[in-house]
Amino acid sequence: MTAEQALVNSTETASAQPANGLTDTDAASSARQAPRVGVFICHCGINIAKTVDVERVTAEIAKEPNVVFATNYTYVCSTPGQEMIVETIKSHRLDRLVVASCSPKMHETTFRRAAAKGGLNPFLCEMANIREQCSWVHEDREQATQKAIEIIHTILEKVKGDEALEVSQVSITRRALVIGAGIAGIQTALDIANGGHEVLLLDRYPCIGGNMARLGETFPTLDCASCIFTPKVVEAAQAENITLLTYSEIEEVTGSVGNFEVTIRRKARSVDESKCTGCGLCIEKCPTKVLSEFDRGMTTRKAIYIPFAQAVPNVATIDKESCRYYKTGKCKVCQKFCQADAIVFDQEDEMITEKVGAIIAATGYELLSKDVYGEYGYGQYPDVIDGLQLERMLSAAGPTTGEIRRPSDGEVPKEVVFIQCVGSRDDSKGISYCSKICCMYTAKHARLFKHRVHDGQAYVFYMDIRAGGKRYEEFVKQAITEDDAVYLRGRVSKVYPRGKKLIVRGADTLSGTQIEIAADMVVLACAIVPSPGVEDLARKLRIGYDENKFFAEAHVKLRPVETNTAGVFLAGACQAPKDIPDTVAQAGCAAAKVLSLFAHDHLTSEPVVAWVDEEVCSGCGLCIKACSYDARKMDQRKRVAIVEEVLCQGCGACISACPNSSCELKNFRSDQIVAMVDAVT
Amino acid sequence: MKYVLDQEKIRPDLVRTIERLSGEDVRQCYQCGKCSAGCPIAADMDLPPNQVMRMLQLGLTDEALDSRTIWLCASCETCTTRCPREVDLAAVMDALRHEALRQGRKSPIRQIPFFNRTFLRLIKKYGRVFEMELIGRFNVGTLHFFKDVTKAPRLFFRGRLKLWPSFKGRKTARPAFQAVKNAQRHEPAEPPAADESAGNPTP
Repeated sequence: MTAEQALVNSTETASAQPANGLTDTDAASSARQAPRVGVFICHCGINIAKTVDVERVTAEIAKEPNVVFATNYTYVCSTPGQEMIVETIKSHRLDRLVVASCSPKMHETTFRRAAAKGGLNPFLCEMANIREQCSWVHEDREQATQKAIEIIHTILEKVKGDEALEVSQVSITRRALVIGAGIAGIQTALDIANGGHEVLLLDRYPCIGGNMARLGETFPTLDCASCIFTPKVVEAAQAENITLLTYSEIEEVTGSVGNFEVTIRRKARSVDESKCTGCGLCIEKCPTKVLSEFDRGMTTRKAIYIPFAQAVPNVATIDKESCRYYKTGKCKVCQKFCQADAIVFDQEDEMITEKVGAIIAATGYELLSKDVYGEYGYGQYPDVIDGLQLERMLSAAGPTTGEIRRPSDGEVPKEVVFIQCVGSRDDSKGISYCSKICCMYTAKHARLFKHRVHDGQAYVFYMDIRAGGKRYEEFVKQAITEDDAVYLRGRVSKVYPRGKKLIVRGADTLSGTQIEIAADMVVLACAIVPSPGVEDLARKLRIGYDENKFFAEAHVKLRPVETNTAGVFLAGACQAPKDIPDTVAQAGCAAAKVLSLFAHDHLTSEPVVAWVDEEVCSGCGLCIKACSYDARKMDQRKRVAIVEEVLCQGCGACISACPNSSCELKNFRSDQIVAMVDAVT
Repeated sequence: MKYVLDQEKIRPDLVRTIERLSGEDVRQCYQCGKCSAGCPIAADMDLPPNQVMRMLQLGLTDEALDSRTIWLCASCETCTTRCPREVDLAAVMDALRHEALRQGRKSPIRQIPFFNRTFLRLIKKYGRVFEMELIGRFNVGTLHFFKDVTKAPRLFFRGRLKLWPSFKGRKTARPAFQAVKNAQRHEPAEPPAADESAGNPTP
């Protein structure tokens, strides 16, 4: 600390005049005066020094005309290394800086801060990557050394052409949009709202709650989902600074972090939300029945419906696809009986535009489609059901009020076979990942079945039991030792009916036997897949998704809730399959990221953006089409294209699209690039 | 092998008997294989020890009772010592041998029960084992008259093989045999052949 202070003191006094002289004039004078470049070559321990002869590189670079200082050091990124940079900028009156070390992704910020501390504009500091692009990928010391020299030569050319850039400040809209109102979205919304900011909580379904609202009891404590979830739903509905936007979808997203502008389609319910009291009379009188999505086809609902009893908001919605009036023009029974006069048949989708500073995608999951495994007969035999259908049966508010009954004849099943990894870890079905939660919920199902049907027997076909989590392994052990579930290690080949029974033919690789069980009911733990429509949403949010269509996080380990688009965050199973504890943790994390973003007064915008030479621009507009960020617009008066610097991400798409080279990317100008290429050819 | 599994076959009475005799719950086993990994005789077994447990877990009692494994088990207790679920596998093997004898099943390795019986007879007779007679009886009984005869001189000169039995404490074992007999009389459900393999059948 004392050394640092001393250094700061000495540099302030000793080089105040030259430093001032430099910073004030470097932008203007860089073209006229000969640049004074300092080069720092890093050993990175032995990461670079093992393959690259850093001494020779230093000697070679020192010979370059504009290089007034060149040195090498074990770790330039270390505190003494940075201090050396600060000191040298002042002692040698450097006006340009090159650090030859790792990728700029690692330490550009570090060295630009050091440059700023030395009184240099940070954008006059460049990094030459001689680690990832040289020492790590080569073995021949001689050739690697030569390549390192050439890499530094190119960066020297670039830094000579660099201009001093200033970061600009942008205001922040302290308001967040959460897409998807399951447990992930609700938790994120609550945490942000409790932090004192306004939240828009959007869901495309008529009510909030998502998949968790469907569940019976939850592992590993077996507490009922409604008991722990309903308070959160109610809290979200009652919170003053949370606005629910149900039955709504994202149409368009423009702008960038801190200032997104989102167009939302509020789908027509054909019911006036403000008038509907949720009395249910219309539902009672409606003549059309269709399968209930919420109960996953286990029951029917009417064409006008409230998905489930505790739905929030408790407002009816007309499903236009099945409503008799919309199909035939006759009926209107609901309108006739509605005492609140809430039915509005000619209601149309409404488009609203909202400004938000951050967006959280929490779109959740769906189960793998039933037709993927024909050999298990899901959809063909009514007594083959999926995990979420069993959840509906187990739910006290479900179609069987918590009793387990065969869908075919309503009898209580005595022998139930659970099949895990239905789709998961099956490359032939295109799903190579583990769905993570099935081992646990199947153990839970097996236990709850035994708790409901005391003389019943549960069989579980599994490949591995993945019970990583607090009290999870113990939970599975209890399923086997206390609730008598028989675990059979192997996949099931086929399920086929024989009389009233379903014959399940599988294997137990532990005993080396082929197993055949005459089951009353079969429950499939279908793979967790992303909700439908995520590709479209990803495109609108300008975020990526992986090969399985789960949203891509910015870094698997270190930035798991951020996306590559600043200001867009992820929560829950839309990023990867996860259970409730993990989802709630990630939701809280996403909220913390949003709150830390909102804690700033202003955002600084990156100044490496596109720039237009108005003299040359012909106003063709190709750059506007090329821009993915809506940063390029046409100045109608001057008939030239302009750059909205706040929105520009500096990707360079417009520059390559421009037919007459009137656009340039600041500090990545064509003349710089050409000089860089010339340096090595 | 194909196995039609149903509720009746899981945990049949026989498995419960094995559990009672051994004092272990076969469901505790999670099939990690540590018993089979450390078993010094596993290479010669038809079912590795974990599979014997597996057969019991699935109610496949015949497979367990007719296996060579239960007879080859030396009761060294490496499995018991190392089992992460603290299952006393050696006790389960012991219980399986009891049950196999009680049911009158023929051991796939005939010499082993014969050896055990001979061993116990000598204990009853001398209060301890008399190796010379044991070898003699075993070799005659199995019709391998000259088996291991070449090893006898070295064992003799090292004092490991005596020509005459010790007469000290001859009657000490008899009360134990009497106690077992009495117990069997009072509790006929107990396997009558318990005494046959109660001793440690170290080969």
